[in-house]
Amino acid sequence: MLEIKNLTKRFGDRTIIDNLTMTVKDNEIMAIVGPSGAGKTTLLRCITGLESVNKGEFFWNGNQFDPTNTTQKDTIIGVVFQDYQLFPNLTVLGNITLAPTMVKKEPMADVKKYARELLSRLGLEGKENLYPYQLSGGQKQRVAIVRALAMQPKILCYDEPTSALDPALRDEVAQIILDLKKQEMTQIVVTHDMDFAKNVANEIQQVKQIQ
Amino acid sequence: MIQYIQEILPALLSGTKMTLSIFFWTLICSIPLGALIGLGLIQRFKPLTWLLNFYVWIMRGTPLLLQLIFVFYGLPIIHIVFQRYDAALFAFILNYTAYFGEIFRGGFQSVPKGQFESAKVLRLTYSQTIRKIVIPQVFKIVLPSIGNEVINLVKDSSLVYVIGLGDLLRAGNVATARDVTLLPLILVGIIYLALTAVCTIVLKLIEKRENVWR
Ligand SMILES: Nc1ncnc2c1ncn2[C@@H]1O[C@H](COP(=O)(O)OP(=O)(O)OP(=O)(O)O)[C@@H](O)[C@H]1O
Ligand SMILES: [Mg+2]
Repeated sequence: MLEIKNLTKRFGDRTIIDNLTMTVKDNEIMAIVGPSGAGKTTLLRCITGLESVNKGEFFWNGNQFDPTNTTQKDTIIGVVFQDYQLFPNLTVLGNITLAPTMVKKEPMADVKKYARELLSRLGLEGKENLYPYQLSGGQKQRVAIVRALAMQPKILCYDEPTSALDPALRDEVAQIILDLKKQEMTQIVVTHDMDFAKNVANEIQQVKQIQ
Repeated sequence: MIQYIQEILPALLSGTKMTLSIFFWTLICSIPLGALIGLGLIQRFKPLTWLLNFYVWIMRGTPLLLQLIFVFYGLPIIHIVFQRYDAALFAFILNYTAYFGEIFRGGFQSVPKGQFESAKVLRLTYSQTIRKIVIPQVFKIVLPSIGNEVINLVKDSSLVYVIGLGDLLRAGNVATARDVTLLPLILVGIIYLALTAVCTIVLKLIEKRENVWR
Protein backbone atom coordinates (compact mmCIF):
# COMPACT_ATOMS: atom_id res chain seq x y z
CA MET A 1 0.00 0.00 0.00
CA LEU A 2 1.29 3.42 -0.99
CA GLU A 3 0.30 6.36 1.17
CA ILE A 4 0.97 9.97 0.34
CA LYS A 5 0.35 12.42 3.15
CA ASN A 6 -0.04 16.18 2.91
CA LEU A 7 1.81 16.59 -0.35
CA THR A 8 2.41 20.18 -1.38
CA LYS A 9 4.30 21.15 -4.51
CA ARG A 10 5.06 24.69 -5.61
CA PHE A 11 6.84 26.06 -8.64
CA GLY A 12 8.16 29.41 -7.46
CA ASP A 13 5.21 30.95 -5.66
CA ARG A 14 2.63 29.01 -7.68
CA THR A 15 1.11 26.15 -5.73
CA ILE A 16 0.37 23.25 -8.07
CA ILE A 17 -0.53 20.59 -5.53
CA ASP A 18 -1.93 21.70 -2.20
CA ASN A 19 -1.87 19.37 0.77
CA LEU A 20 -2.92 16.26 -1.13
CA THR A 21 -3.40 13.00 0.73
CA MET A 22 -4.07 9.78 -1.12
CA THR A 23 -3.72 6.04 -0.77
CA VAL A 24 -3.09 3.47 -3.46
CA LYS A 25 -4.06 0.01 -2.28
CA ASP A 26 -2.17 -3.10 -3.33
CA ASN A 27 -3.19 -4.70 -6.56
CA GLU A 28 -5.40 -1.84 -7.62
CA ILE A 29 -5.36 0.61 -10.48
CA MET A 30 -5.60 4.24 -9.57
CA ALA A 31 -6.36 6.72 -12.31
CA ILE A 32 -5.32 10.32 -11.82
CA VAL A 33 -7.54 12.58 -13.89
CA GLY A 34 -8.12 16.28 -14.21
CA PRO A 35 -8.01 19.14 -16.70
CA SER A 36 -4.90 20.12 -18.58
CA GLY A 37 -2.47 22.04 -16.44
CA ALA A 38 -4.05 20.82 -13.21
CA GLY A 39 -0.84 19.14 -12.11
CA LYS A 40 -1.30 15.45 -12.98
CA THR A 41 2.14 15.08 -14.47
CA THR A 42 3.61 17.08 -11.61
CA LEU A 43 2.00 14.74 -9.09
CA LEU A 44 3.37 11.73 -10.92
CA ARG A 45 6.82 13.31 -11.08
CA CYS A 46 6.70 13.84 -7.31
CA ILE A 47 5.76 10.19 -6.77
CA THR A 48 8.51 9.01 -9.10
CA GLY A 49 11.10 11.23 -7.47
CA LEU A 50 11.74 13.44 -10.50
CA GLU A 51 10.50 16.50 -8.61
CA SER A 52 11.28 17.25 -5.01
CA VAL A 53 8.28 18.19 -2.87
CA ASN A 54 7.82 21.25 -0.66
CA LYS A 55 5.97 19.25 1.94
CA GLY A 56 4.65 15.74 2.31
CA GLU A 57 5.52 12.18 3.23
CA PHE A 58 5.51 8.92 1.32
CA PHE A 59 4.94 5.53 2.92
CA TRP A 60 5.26 2.09 1.39
CA ASN A 61 3.53 -0.51 3.59
CA GLY A 62 3.86 1.82 6.52
CA ASN A 63 7.54 2.54 6.00
CA GLN A 64 8.44 6.06 5.06
CA PHE A 65 10.58 6.46 1.93
CA ASP A 66 12.03 9.25 -0.14
CA PRO A 67 11.22 8.87 -3.85
CA THR A 68 14.14 11.12 -4.85
CA ASN A 69 16.60 8.81 -3.13
CA THR A 70 17.83 6.44 -5.83
CA THR A 71 20.17 4.47 -3.60
CA GLN A 72 17.60 2.55 -1.56
CA LYS A 73 17.73 -1.21 -1.90
CA ASP A 74 14.43 -1.98 -3.58
CA THR A 75 12.71 -0.33 -6.49
CA ILE A 76 9.31 0.86 -5.32
CA ILE A 77 8.21 2.90 -8.32
CA GLY A 78 8.53 2.08 -12.00
CA VAL A 79 7.61 4.55 -14.74
CA VAL A 80 6.40 4.46 -18.32
CA PHE A 81 6.86 7.92 -19.78
CA GLN A 82 4.45 9.54 -22.18
CA ASP A 83 7.14 9.54 -24.86
CA TYR A 84 8.63 6.25 -23.58
CA GLN A 85 12.23 7.54 -23.52
CA LEU A 86 13.77 4.27 -24.62
CA PHE A 87 17.54 4.48 -24.99
CA PRO A 88 18.07 4.74 -28.77
CA ASN A 89 21.62 3.42 -28.63
CA LEU A 90 20.59 0.12 -27.05
CA THR A 91 18.61 -2.77 -28.48
CA VAL A 92 15.30 -3.78 -26.98
CA LEU A 93 17.08 -6.36 -24.85
CA GLY A 94 19.80 -3.86 -23.94
CA ASN A 95 17.20 -1.35 -22.80
CA ILE A 96 15.58 -3.95 -20.56
CA THR A 97 18.68 -5.56 -19.08
CA LEU A 98 20.73 -2.41 -18.42
CA ALA A 99 19.27 -1.39 -15.07
CA PRO A 100 18.74 -4.83 -13.50
CA THR A 101 22.33 -5.84 -14.26
CA MET A 102 23.95 -2.51 -13.38
CA VAL A 103 21.82 -1.35 -10.48
CA LYS A 104 20.69 -4.61 -8.91
CA LYS A 105 23.78 -6.52 -10.06
CA GLU A 106 21.66 -9.45 -11.16
CA PRO A 107 23.39 -12.00 -13.40
CA MET A 108 22.91 -11.19 -17.09
CA ALA A 109 21.65 -14.69 -17.90
CA ASP A 110 18.84 -14.48 -15.35
CA VAL A 111 17.86 -10.99 -16.41
CA LYS A 112 17.77 -12.02 -20.07
CA LYS A 113 15.59 -15.00 -19.27
CA TYR A 114 13.15 -12.83 -17.33
CA ALA A 115 13.24 -10.17 -20.06
CA ARG A 116 12.36 -12.73 -22.75
CA GLU A 117 9.52 -14.01 -20.61
CA LEU A 118 8.10 -10.49 -20.19
CA LEU A 119 8.59 -9.68 -23.87
CA SER A 120 6.63 -12.68 -25.01
CA ARG A 121 3.93 -11.97 -22.46
CA LEU A 122 3.47 -8.57 -24.15
CA GLY A 123 3.65 -10.00 -27.67
CA LEU A 124 7.14 -8.76 -28.43
CA GLU A 125 8.95 -12.04 -29.07
CA GLY A 126 11.53 -11.80 -31.83
CA LYS A 127 12.04 -8.09 -31.26
CA GLU A 128 14.94 -8.51 -28.79
CA ASN A 129 17.68 -7.33 -31.09
CA LEU A 130 15.90 -4.46 -32.79
CA TYR A 131 16.72 -0.86 -31.97
CA PRO A 132 13.95 1.48 -30.76
CA TYR A 133 13.78 3.33 -34.10
CA GLN A 134 12.74 0.05 -35.71
CA LEU A 135 9.62 -0.26 -33.52
CA SER A 136 6.14 1.18 -33.85
CA GLY A 137 4.80 3.52 -31.19
CA GLY A 138 2.78 0.79 -29.53
CA GLN A 139 5.74 -1.58 -29.52
CA LYS A 140 7.97 1.11 -28.02
CA GLN A 141 5.45 1.60 -25.26
CA ARG A 142 5.36 -2.11 -24.51
CA VAL A 143 9.16 -2.23 -24.41
CA ALA A 144 9.05 0.68 -21.97
CA ILE A 145 6.61 -1.30 -19.84
CA VAL A 146 8.85 -4.37 -19.91
CA ARG A 147 11.89 -2.23 -19.08
CA ALA A 148 10.12 -0.85 -16.01
CA LEU A 149 8.83 -4.29 -14.98
CA ALA A 150 12.31 -5.82 -15.23
CA MET A 151 13.28 -3.77 -12.16
CA GLN A 152 10.42 -5.50 -10.31
CA PRO A 153 8.82 -2.34 -8.97
CA LYS A 154 6.00 -2.46 -6.45
CA ILE A 155 4.01 0.14 -8.36
CA LEU A 156 4.03 0.93 -12.06
CA CYS A 157 3.15 4.48 -13.13
CA TYR A 158 2.08 5.69 -16.56
CA ASP A 159 1.81 9.24 -17.82
CA GLU A 160 -0.87 9.55 -20.52
CA PRO A 161 -0.39 6.01 -21.85
CA THR A 162 -2.98 6.54 -24.58
CA SER A 163 -2.15 10.01 -25.79
CA ALA A 164 0.39 9.02 -28.44
CA LEU A 165 -1.51 6.00 -29.71
CA ASP A 166 -4.26 5.69 -32.26
CA PRO A 167 -7.66 4.59 -30.93
CA ALA A 168 -7.28 0.94 -31.90
CA LEU A 169 -4.22 0.66 -29.73
CA ARG A 170 -5.98 2.30 -26.78
CA ASP A 171 -7.89 -0.86 -25.96
CA GLU A 172 -4.68 -2.83 -26.28
CA VAL A 173 -3.00 -0.73 -23.58
CA ALA A 174 -6.07 -1.05 -21.40
CA GLN A 175 -5.81 -4.82 -21.82
CA ILE A 176 -2.12 -4.81 -20.88
CA ILE A 177 -2.84 -2.77 -17.77
CA LEU A 178 -5.66 -5.09 -16.75
CA ASP A 179 -3.49 -8.17 -17.40
CA LEU A 180 -0.77 -6.75 -15.19
CA LYS A 181 -3.36 -6.20 -12.51
CA LYS A 182 -4.19 -9.90 -12.66
CA GLN A 183 -0.53 -10.52 -11.95
CA GLU A 184 -0.94 -8.34 -8.88
CA MET A 185 0.81 -5.24 -10.14
CA THR A 186 -0.32 -2.04 -8.47
CA GLN A 187 -0.61 0.73 -11.04
CA ILE A 188 -1.10 4.48 -11.24
CA VAL A 189 -2.34 5.85 -14.54
CA VAL A 190 -2.35 9.57 -15.31
CA THR A 191 -4.83 10.34 -18.07
CA HIS A 192 -7.16 13.03 -19.27
CA ASP A 193 -9.23 10.37 -20.99
CA MET A 194 -12.19 9.78 -18.68
CA ASP A 195 -13.52 6.76 -20.61
CA PHE A 196 -10.16 5.10 -20.43
CA ALA A 197 -9.93 5.85 -16.71
CA LYS A 198 -13.36 4.33 -16.09
CA ASN A 199 -12.40 1.25 -18.12
CA VAL A 200 -9.29 0.36 -16.22
CA ALA A 201 -9.35 2.00 -12.81
CA ASN A 202 -10.72 0.84 -9.47
CA GLU A 203 -10.18 4.21 -7.99
CA ILE A 204 -10.17 7.65 -9.56
CA GLN A 205 -8.25 10.52 -8.06
CA GLN A 206 -9.28 13.95 -9.27
CA VAL A 207 -6.65 16.64 -9.51
CA LYS A 208 -8.14 20.12 -9.56
CA GLN A 209 -6.70 23.30 -10.89
CA ILE A 210 -5.73 25.61 -8.04
CA GLN A 211 -6.61 29.22 -8.64
CA MET B 1 64.33 10.70 -60.26
CA ILE B 2 63.33 7.39 -58.69
CA GLN B 3 66.79 7.24 -57.25
CA TYR B 4 66.46 10.74 -55.79
CA ILE B 5 63.11 9.84 -54.23
CA GLN B 6 64.70 6.77 -52.70
CA GLU B 7 67.41 8.98 -51.31
CA ILE B 8 65.15 11.49 -49.54
CA LEU B 9 62.36 9.11 -48.62
CA PRO B 10 63.91 7.93 -45.34
CA ALA B 11 64.15 11.54 -44.12
CA LEU B 12 60.55 12.23 -45.15
CA LEU B 13 59.33 9.08 -43.48
CA SER B 14 61.10 9.88 -40.27
CA GLY B 15 59.47 13.32 -40.44
CA THR B 16 56.14 11.57 -40.99
CA LYS B 17 56.78 9.57 -37.85
CA MET B 18 57.12 12.78 -35.85
CA THR B 19 53.95 14.18 -37.45
CA LEU B 20 52.02 11.01 -36.64
CA SER B 21 53.34 10.93 -33.11
CA ILE B 22 52.07 14.49 -32.48
CA PHE B 23 48.81 13.57 -34.19
CA PHE B 24 48.08 10.41 -32.21
CA TRP B 25 49.10 11.66 -28.80
CA THR B 26 47.09 14.82 -29.25
CA LEU B 27 44.01 12.83 -30.22
CA ILE B 28 44.42 10.21 -27.51
CA CYS B 29 44.68 12.86 -24.82
CA SER B 30 42.42 15.62 -26.03
CA ILE B 31 39.34 13.62 -27.03
CA PRO B 32 38.73 12.20 -23.51
CA LEU B 33 39.80 15.50 -21.94
CA GLY B 34 37.49 17.34 -24.32
CA ALA B 35 34.62 15.07 -23.26
CA LEU B 36 35.35 15.95 -19.64
CA ILE B 37 35.47 19.67 -20.42
CA GLY B 38 32.20 19.34 -22.33
CA LEU B 39 30.63 17.61 -19.34
CA GLY B 40 31.94 20.39 -17.11
CA LEU B 41 30.49 23.03 -19.40
CA ILE B 42 26.93 21.72 -18.90
CA GLN B 43 27.10 21.67 -15.09
CA ARG B 44 25.11 24.18 -13.11
CA PHE B 45 28.01 25.10 -10.80
CA LYS B 46 28.72 28.61 -12.13
CA PRO B 47 32.38 29.10 -11.12
CA LEU B 48 33.28 25.89 -12.93
CA THR B 49 31.51 26.77 -16.18
CA TRP B 50 32.87 30.30 -16.00
CA LEU B 51 36.42 28.99 -15.66
CA LEU B 52 36.01 26.44 -18.44
CA ASN B 53 34.40 28.98 -20.75
CA PHE B 54 37.33 31.30 -20.14
CA TYR B 55 39.78 28.53 -21.03
CA VAL B 56 37.88 27.63 -24.19
CA TRP B 57 37.67 31.30 -25.16
CA ILE B 58 41.43 31.81 -24.82
CA MET B 59 42.32 28.63 -26.70
CA ARG B 60 39.92 29.20 -29.56
CA GLY B 61 40.41 32.95 -29.71
CA THR B 62 44.18 32.94 -30.20
CA PRO B 63 46.26 31.26 -32.91
CA LEU B 64 47.66 27.84 -32.17
CA LEU B 65 50.93 29.17 -33.55
CA LEU B 66 51.02 31.82 -30.83
CA GLN B 67 50.28 29.20 -28.20
CA LEU B 68 53.15 27.03 -29.46
CA ILE B 69 55.59 29.91 -29.42
CA PHE B 70 54.31 30.98 -26.01
CA VAL B 71 54.90 27.55 -24.49
CA PHE B 72 58.31 26.92 -26.03
CA TYR B 73 59.92 30.37 -26.25
CA GLY B 74 57.79 32.32 -23.77
CA LEU B 75 57.44 30.16 -20.69
CA PRO B 76 61.21 29.65 -20.18
CA ILE B 77 61.37 33.36 -19.35
CA ILE B 78 59.40 32.55 -16.20
CA HIS B 79 61.47 29.38 -15.70
CA ILE B 80 59.03 26.86 -17.08
CA VAL B 81 61.08 24.91 -19.57
CA PHE B 82 59.75 22.21 -21.87
CA GLN B 83 61.62 19.98 -24.28
CA ARG B 84 60.68 20.75 -27.87
CA TYR B 85 58.51 17.68 -28.28
CA ASP B 86 56.82 18.10 -24.90
CA ALA B 87 56.15 21.75 -25.60
CA ALA B 88 54.52 20.86 -28.89
CA LEU B 89 52.35 18.15 -27.34
CA PHE B 90 51.40 20.36 -24.42
CA ALA B 91 50.27 23.20 -26.67
CA PHE B 92 48.43 20.91 -29.07
CA ILE B 93 46.60 19.02 -26.34
CA LEU B 94 45.59 22.24 -24.59
CA ASN B 95 44.35 23.72 -27.84
CA TYR B 96 42.52 20.70 -29.21
CA THR B 97 40.95 19.87 -25.85
CA ALA B 98 39.25 23.28 -25.98
CA TYR B 99 37.86 22.64 -29.46
CA PHE B 100 36.72 19.14 -28.55
CA GLY B 101 35.27 20.46 -25.28
CA GLU B 102 33.08 22.90 -27.15
CA ILE B 103 31.97 20.18 -29.58
CA PHE B 104 31.16 17.81 -26.71
CA ARG B 105 29.23 20.54 -24.89
CA GLY B 106 26.93 20.80 -27.88
CA GLY B 107 26.65 17.02 -27.95
CA PHE B 108 25.74 16.74 -24.28
CA GLN B 109 23.17 19.49 -24.62
CA SER B 110 21.43 17.70 -27.45
CA VAL B 111 20.72 14.58 -25.39
CA PRO B 112 17.07 15.02 -24.31
CA LYS B 113 16.43 15.65 -20.62
CA GLY B 114 14.01 12.71 -20.71
CA GLN B 115 16.92 10.33 -21.24
CA PHE B 116 18.45 11.43 -17.95
CA GLU B 117 15.08 11.13 -16.20
CA SER B 118 14.43 7.75 -17.71
CA ALA B 119 17.81 6.58 -16.40
CA LYS B 120 17.13 8.14 -13.03
CA VAL B 121 13.85 6.32 -12.44
CA LEU B 122 15.63 3.10 -13.37
CA ARG B 123 17.99 4.15 -10.56
CA LEU B 124 21.13 4.22 -12.64
CA THR B 125 23.79 6.42 -11.06
CA TYR B 126 24.94 9.60 -12.78
CA SER B 127 28.18 7.99 -13.91
CA GLN B 128 26.40 4.87 -15.21
CA THR B 129 24.00 7.13 -17.09
CA ILE B 130 26.85 9.10 -18.61
CA ARG B 131 28.80 6.00 -19.61
CA LYS B 132 26.06 3.76 -20.92
CA ILE B 133 23.51 6.17 -22.30
CA VAL B 134 24.83 9.68 -22.75
CA ILE B 135 28.36 9.11 -24.09
CA PRO B 136 27.25 6.70 -26.85
CA GLN B 137 24.58 9.17 -27.99
CA VAL B 138 26.93 12.13 -27.75
CA PHE B 139 29.64 10.25 -29.62
CA LYS B 140 27.31 9.70 -32.56
CA ILE B 141 26.20 13.33 -32.56
CA VAL B 142 29.71 14.80 -32.43
CA LEU B 143 31.37 12.36 -34.82
CA PRO B 144 31.18 14.59 -37.92
CA SER B 145 32.57 17.63 -36.08
CA ILE B 146 35.28 15.57 -34.43
CA GLY B 147 36.12 14.27 -37.89
CA ASN B 148 36.70 17.79 -39.18
CA GLU B 149 39.04 18.54 -36.30
CA VAL B 150 40.94 15.31 -36.88
CA ILE B 151 41.62 16.30 -40.48
CA ASN B 152 42.62 19.77 -39.32
CA LEU B 153 44.99 18.24 -36.81
CA VAL B 154 46.88 16.33 -39.51
CA LYS B 155 47.61 19.65 -41.18
CA ASP B 156 48.01 21.74 -38.01
CA SER B 157 50.70 19.37 -36.82
CA SER B 158 53.00 21.04 -39.36
CA LEU B 159 53.03 24.12 -37.09
CA VAL B 160 55.56 22.36 -34.85
CA TYR B 161 58.00 23.45 -37.57
CA VAL B 162 58.25 26.81 -35.83
CA ILE B 163 59.78 25.38 -32.68
CA GLY B 164 62.28 23.33 -34.62
CA LEU B 165 60.81 19.86 -34.44
CA GLY B 166 61.74 17.53 -37.29
CA ASP B 167 58.32 16.81 -38.71
CA LEU B 168 57.28 15.94 -42.26
CA LEU B 169 57.13 19.53 -43.47
CA ARG B 170 60.58 20.33 -42.12
CA ALA B 171 62.06 17.22 -43.72
CA GLY B 172 60.65 18.28 -47.09
CA ASN B 173 61.73 21.88 -46.73
CA VAL B 174 65.27 20.92 -45.76
CA ALA B 175 65.59 18.68 -48.81
CA THR B 176 64.20 21.34 -51.14
CA ALA B 177 66.52 24.02 -49.83
CA ARG B 178 69.54 21.72 -50.05
CA ASP B 179 68.92 20.16 -53.46
CA VAL B 180 67.08 23.06 -55.13
CA THR B 181 64.23 20.91 -56.42
CA LEU B 182 60.44 20.99 -55.98
CA LEU B 183 60.17 17.26 -55.69
CA PRO B 184 60.49 16.96 -51.88
CA LEU B 185 57.68 19.48 -51.31
CA ILE B 186 55.47 17.67 -53.79
CA LEU B 187 56.17 14.41 -51.99
CA VAL B 188 55.32 16.10 -48.70
CA GLY B 189 52.00 17.18 -50.18
CA ILE B 190 51.31 13.66 -51.38
CA ILE B 191 52.06 12.21 -47.95
CA TYR B 192 49.71 14.72 -46.26
CA LEU B 193 47.03 13.80 -48.79
CA ALA B 194 47.54 10.13 -48.01
CA LEU B 195 47.28 10.80 -44.27
CA THR B 196 44.08 12.80 -44.56
CA ALA B 197 42.64 10.20 -46.93
CA VAL B 198 43.27 7.45 -44.39
CA CYS B 199 41.63 9.56 -41.68
CA THR B 200 38.60 10.18 -43.88
CA ILE B 201 38.21 6.48 -44.61
CA VAL B 202 38.54 5.49 -40.95
CA LEU B 203 35.98 8.15 -39.95
CA LYS B 204 33.56 6.90 -42.60
CA LEU B 205 33.89 3.36 -41.28
CA ILE B 206 33.19 4.51 -37.72
CA GLU B 207 30.20 6.52 -38.90
CA LYS B 208 28.87 3.50 -40.74
CA ARG B 209 29.17 1.36 -37.62
CA GLU B 210 27.32 4.02 -35.62
CA ASN B 211 24.47 3.96 -38.10
CA VAL B 212 23.03 0.70 -36.77
CA TRP B 213 20.90 2.83 -34.47
CA ARG B 214 19.21 6.21 -34.82
N1 LIG C 1 9.22 22.71 -14.17
C1 LIG C 1 8.18 23.56 -14.03
N2 LIG C 1 8.38 24.84 -13.65
C2 LIG C 1 7.36 25.69 -13.48
N3 LIG C 1 6.07 25.37 -13.70
C3 LIG C 1 5.79 24.11 -14.08
C4 LIG C 1 6.83 23.14 -14.27
N4 LIG C 1 6.26 21.98 -14.66
C5 LIG C 1 4.93 22.21 -14.71
N5 LIG C 1 4.64 23.48 -14.37
C6 LIG C 1 3.30 24.08 -14.27
O1 LIG C 1 2.54 23.29 -13.39
C7 LIG C 1 1.21 23.17 -13.86
C8 LIG C 1 0.81 21.73 -13.92
O2 LIG C 1 1.53 21.10 -14.97
P1 LIG C 1 1.37 19.56 -15.31
O3 LIG C 1 2.27 19.27 -16.43
O4 LIG C 1 1.52 18.78 -14.07
O5 LIG C 1 -0.15 19.49 -15.78
P2 LIG C 1 -0.97 18.26 -16.31
O6 LIG C 1 -2.14 18.10 -15.42
O7 LIG C 1 -0.11 17.08 -16.49
O8 LIG C 1 -1.48 18.78 -17.71
P3 LIG C 1 -1.67 18.01 -19.10
O9 LIG C 1 -2.98 17.30 -19.03
O10 LIG C 1 -1.71 19.13 -20.10
O11 LIG C 1 -0.51 17.11 -19.28
C9 LIG C 1 1.14 23.87 -15.19
O12 LIG C 1 0.53 25.12 -15.00
C10 LIG C 1 2.58 24.05 -15.59
O13 LIG C 1 2.73 25.25 -16.28
MG1 LIG D 1 0.65 15.97 -18.16
